[in-house]
Amino acid sequence: MQRSNTYIIIFSLALTVILGGLLSLASEGLRPAQKKAEEFAKKRQILSAVLDIKELEDIVAEYNSRISSFIVDANGELVEPTGPTGAMMKAEDVDIEKEFKKSAEERLYPVYRFHSKENPDVTEAYILALYGKGLWNDIWGYIALETDMNTVAGIVFDHKGETAGLGARITEKGVQERYKGKKIFADGGEVLSVNMLKGENNKPEALDDHNINGLSGATITAKGVNYMMIDYLNCYLPLIGKLKDDDAGFVSMLNSKKPM
Amino acid sequence: MAETLEKEIARKKTEPLLSKRRKRFITDPLNDENPVTIQVLGICSALAVTTQLKPTLVMALAVTFVMIFSSLFTSLLRNLIPVRVRIIVQLAIIASFVILVNEVLHAYAFDVYKQLSVFVGLIITNCIVMGRLEAFAMGNKPYDSVLDAFGSAMGYSWIIIAVAFFRELLGSGKLFGFEVFSAIGWETFPTNGLMVTPVGAFIILGLIIWIQRSKSGYVEQH
Repeated sequence: MQRSNTYIIIFSLALTVILGGLLSLASEGLRPAQKKAEEFAKKRQILSAVLDIKELEDIVAEYNSRISSFIVDANGELVEPTGPTGAMMKAEDVDIEKEFKKSAEERLYPVYRFHSKENPDVTEAYILALYGKGLWNDIWGYIALETDMNTVAGIVFDHKGETAGLGARITEKGVQERYKGKKIFADGGEVLSVNMLKGENNKPEALDDHNINGLSGATITAKGVNYMMIDYLNCYLPLIGKLKDDDAGFVSMLNSKKPM
Repeated sequence: MAETLEKEIARKKTEPLLSKRRKRFITDPLNDENPVTIQVLGICSALAVTTQLKPTLVMALAVTFVMIFSSLFTSLLRNLIPVRVRIIVQLAIIASFVILVNEVLHAYAFDVYKQLSVFVGLIITNCIVMGRLEAFAMGNKPYDSVLDAFGSAMGYSWIIIAVAFFRELLGSGKLFGFEVFSAIGWETFPTNGLMVTPVGAFIILGLIIWIQRSKSGYVEQH
């Protein structure tokens, strides 16, 4: 049956309004749960840089009792920016993807201090954010440094669209384990970072504190990871310098700033 | 096929809920009229999401949900939808359900949501969904349309689950993330990297089509 134009327009308008209304209702209704899910995933990822999360029963409780976080700027100074809602931002609120698009000087850098359960003043590791480009799309991760701010305590990577089975292997525990115990500074003090070499079966003499086996078939992803590491470690360098010399002083300074 | 289905056969008023005619809505797409292997629709997602069983299962559920509900609504509205804009109306209905699924996954299955990423959204462009709306739901009653949608969704689902089964097993030596080969004591099982790439999906899909067609004798018309 041929309908009049008026009917078609009214039908289309009504359909649009009804469907649009339903979808916005659903979106609003689900937002809190979505936020919670995202937060949980983030906390789990941060923790997995330092702990074996499979053994944890309550990830959020563990996170809250062992991580205290703060934000620094490119000079390693503590900053307390306000978020879009006007409330003070927490390190967990920093959208690293958005920050990545700014110039290195303008970015906010979240820092997660992993401390002992018994005594919160005893730092066990500092977890720093990483963000960069892989082969197809963005890659990111968290690197945990021991209190000497030189030894890698653990690392975790994630990616948006690396090739499954090749570049996507950066998310595998086995690959991330290779970073453990490696050093980011040369003896002279410059940042060497830890680099993935080409291929997976490098000669033992090629592997040292700064060079580890890479990913066969995913050299470009590995290069992206290398670049991301050195890029962000340099960005965090002013902070790393401060923490290296005086972790205890920094912690007491943090405590004094913390609203009780 | 579609034409004969579209013609409402004169039926007795007391047709059982699952009459022979209705059972065929469900059984035909499983094999003889399979949307993936015979009609060759929905191949893109069959390749993209089938490296592991878990996301594949979620994808199958999502497609089933979207198909059933968009068929139901299209069929309910079939006498109101103006013919000239029917395609865009169908799209709007499908898109709404797809977005709904996407939002729900975002809230309650965040890991799978991240893994499936754009492919949930791409259900909108899955030809199987729109194909059934256009060929069936626009001309049939709601209950029949739902059965038809369910049948086609199952036809799609079993294929992608079969593909994922072999890809995860041979590509990573796992099933639902469980290390099958180490569990039976075969630690050195050589996983096949080809299987985790889309090429592996093509090969398995090709084998399924081969087996299916050599059994049914189906030949493409030229």
